[in-house]
Amino acid sequence: MKISAVVTLKEDVLDPQGKVVNQTLKNMGFDNVVNVRQGKYFEIELNESNSEKAKNTINEICKKLLTNSVIENYTINYK
Amino acid sequence: MRSSVIVFPGSNCDRDVAVALQNFNFKNQMVWHDESNLPKTDLVVLPGGFSYGDYLRTGCIASKSKIIDDIIKHGKKGGLILGICNGFQILIETGLLKGSLLRNKKLKFISKNVYLKVSNVNNKFCSKYGKNQTIKLPIAHNEGNFFTDDDQLKEFEDNDQIAFKYCNKDGFISSISNPNGSSNNIAGILNLEKNILGMMPHPERLIDPILSGEDGSTLFESLLKL
Repeated sequence: MKISAVVTLKEDVLDPQGKVVNQTLKNMGFDNVVNVRQGKYFEIELNESNSEKAKNTINEICKKLLTNSVIENYTINYK
Repeated sequence: MRSSVIVFPGSNCDRDVAVALQNFNFKNQMVWHDESNLPKTDLVVLPGGFSYGDYLRTGCIASKSKIIDDIIKHGKKGGLILGICNGFQILIETGLLKGSLLRNKKLKFISKNVYLKVSNVNNKFCSKYGKNQTIKLPIAHNEGNFFTDDDQLKEFEDNDQIAFKYCNKDGFISSISNPNGSSNNIAGILNLEKNILGMMPHPERLIDPILSGEDGSTLFESLLKL
């Protein structure tokens, strides 16, 4: 089973890289860009056919390793 | 006084801190991260560097090393732990210290001497400093922007957990003297029990007049006084 996880900074955490990308896009003429936040994307292949078990595992992976819960949130996409 | 410096792949201040500890007559040993047992020790030092190339988050992969379980036990029993720079980042990732260390506000790696105010001297790391003394130490980091929410910040202040704050030469604390954007100018914090210290500045780099100062020596002398 292939699962992807997207890790993003929480809303009130400063994201200087996102700010720079945002500013650069504006400089390039993309006037309608309002805001950019940068995050991380993971593709995880699990040897698990039970979707409930897979869900639990991937949540645990996100909580224990992929995110720092002080500053980051995550969302999971099942394919 | 026995000390153990933990060495991770990518540590690069491990030998500097070992030299500093030996200068102050600590009985020091180097401990490889893959060991599962921590030797008998009074002080554990997590050194600076770029463990695991800063993959995923700084200090994150190192915080899952084999030796870490024993270090957490050592800390929970009241044993001393000092994390410097990347060592501070590792301590945060283990959960022994609260908060997080973000990328520097201006996105640049900063390597320079900074002034610090010693905010708490009632702990085993800083007892020989004067209360609110201004000292000079070098910083060298890309992710030293200490961040946490307002409730946690208040808790740090209320419980006297802030060890060092960035200030100017005269000891004045302001956003101008804040090199990396840290909340409340925080450069180093203690756990609630004050036996674990994490700090971004490098005391081991300023222990000799030939290296332009000795403000780092006082930290090691404080530890010796135990």
